[in-house]
Amino acid sequence: MMEWPGSSVVDDGVPAAYDEALPRVSAPMQLEQPVAAAPLVIARGLYKCYGTQPVVDGVDLEVRQGECFGLLGPNGAGKTTTLRMLLGLTPPDGGELEVLGEPIPARAREARVQIGVVPQFDSLDPDFTVRENLITYARYFGLRGRRLGTRIAALLALANLEGREDTPIAALSGGMKRRLTLVRALVNEPRLVVLDEPTTGLDPQARHHIWRRLRELRDAGTTLIMTTHYMEEAERLCDRLAILDAGRVLACGTPRALIQAHIEPHVIELTDTPGHRPSDVVASWASGVRVHRAGDLVLLYTVDPGPVLRALNAAGLRYLHRPANLEDVFLKLTGHELRD
Amino acid sequence: MSVVPRPSFRSLAVWQRNLRVWRKMWIPSTLGNFGEPLLYLLAFGYGFGQLVGDLGQLPYVAFLASGIICSSALFTASFEAMYSAFTRMANQQSWSAMLNAPLLVDDIVFGEVLWAATKGLMSATAILLVAAVMGLVADWRALWALPVVALSGFAFAACAMVVTALARSYDFFLYFFTLILTPMLLTGGVFFPREQFPEWLQILAYILPLPHVIELVRPLLTGGSLHQPWLNLAVVAGYGLIGLITATTLIRRRMVC
Repeated sequence: MMEWPGSSVVDDGVPAAYDEALPRVSAPMQLEQPVAAAPLVIARGLYKCYGTQPVVDGVDLEVRQGECFGLLGPNGAGKTTTLRMLLGLTPPDGGELEVLGEPIPARAREARVQIGVVPQFDSLDPDFTVRENLITYARYFGLRGRRLGTRIAALLALANLEGREDTPIAALSGGMKRRLTLVRALVNEPRLVVLDEPTTGLDPQARHHIWRRLRELRDAGTTLIMTTHYMEEAERLCDRLAILDAGRVLACGTPRALIQAHIEPHVIELTDTPGHRPSDVVASWASGVRVHRAGDLVLLYTVDPGPVLRALNAAGLRYLHRPANLEDVFLKLTGHELRD
Repeated sequence: MSVVPRPSFRSLAVWQRNLRVWRKMWIPSTLGNFGEPLLYLLAFGYGFGQLVGDLGQLPYVAFLASGIICSSALFTASFEAMYSAFTRMANQQSWSAMLNAPLLVDDIVFGEVLWAATKGLMSATAILLVAAVMGLVADWRALWALPVVALSGFAFAACAMVVTALARSYDFFLYFFTLILTPMLLTGGVFFPREQFPEWLQILAYILPLPHVIELVRPLLTGGSLHQPWLNLAVVAGYGLIGLITATTLIRRRMVC
């Protein structure tokens, strides 16, 4: 569990504005709270085109209070554009959008008061140290005062950056920068945190650190929306996700439901080797087995793996038998062609 | 979105961010503010002034001091609104970070222009002090030059911000320097009276804001009388307003798209 300093960071300077800016939702659920809270994000027929090319093409989304919602898709699927629209940074060409009860983009500023953003590309301020970055960013939200100092200390601890308060940004590793970017997004105690590929380019340790923090955040009641093209990340973190391609939502649901709905439960992977093409063997007896080729990889999807495994063993082929996962769904829905 | 920029009090956070960076470098920065004009006044004012003699009743060095106050505000504010602001916009992603917080492009542009004007005012104030110590200032009325310089810095910065909004690289700023700033500096009456030029050039130069700033500041410093202060102020304010609206519109298109 994460620990936030005090109940809020109100201080001498501008207490009223501060209070308004920081509704506490990371508090435990209240009993009187309605069971089905209104969705935090409602998008209807969201549309954006550059030139004649639609980038987001009729997207409907609902993100519920307290869930981690994933936007999955290949490069160019419209994930980042969708996020930018949620933040009011890209005006939609069509559709309706409401975030935290505010119409977007008309009242994007009011919505952003309660949103934390972890952008895809580092936007830490190189003119400042670690601590100055947090202070400066807090000032953009109108936060100031003594208790902000306490909060910043807590955020530094959360990012495992204690002792590096006065380090210039240029001296931080990629993982440290990412951790700092994450806690910077929490400076205003946001109800909603929006993350664009939060772990791209990180090593496994750094990635696990970020994942743990995100789970803790969600468990504390914060709603998360993230884009990713790492299936493992989506499967581990996201309560629900939408698979996007060419600006459209192809499927939406829990990872488990998506797998059940789209993929046979058993997957057998075979690799073609020179002079030996198991795919030819497979083709001869593959009834009741869905065969999918991806480069030199052959994927067999089936409800009943027994006969297939026996045949493969008899033919002396090496294979990997595993349960169906999100990547299978993703590849089935978005295809195997390379994306730019 | 409305055409008219609607900056909020959050612009001050942008101004404050830049101040926080400046504070790290305030010693060399202040040294430059004082040192450079001092050298100019000594070298040109006394060296060149010996050749020129007095302009009317005015010693050349006093004439020059009042001109340099204006040109220094012009160049300091323009530099800040071009090179530094462009760095924050395009290279450092500082503005992107601000847009993730509850700031609008309107706040950012206004805050940056305000900051550039502040830097212009700082450098002009330093020169005013130097000039006062050198006995080149007539009386206390000279303090009125400071609000005029602040407004001018705002106008110059707002115009420079339009160039920043259009720039794809630092090289682009050379157009502005070569085509606008340098001609304005040379024809605006900083180093010698505009009356030295043929009439058509005088009229042309008078369209630009710098001569109007000088027409306000020079009499305030040297004890002369203001001829058409309201026209001068209106021209300067007009440049500021049109610059701000244009820059905000262009940067909205660039950053929120």
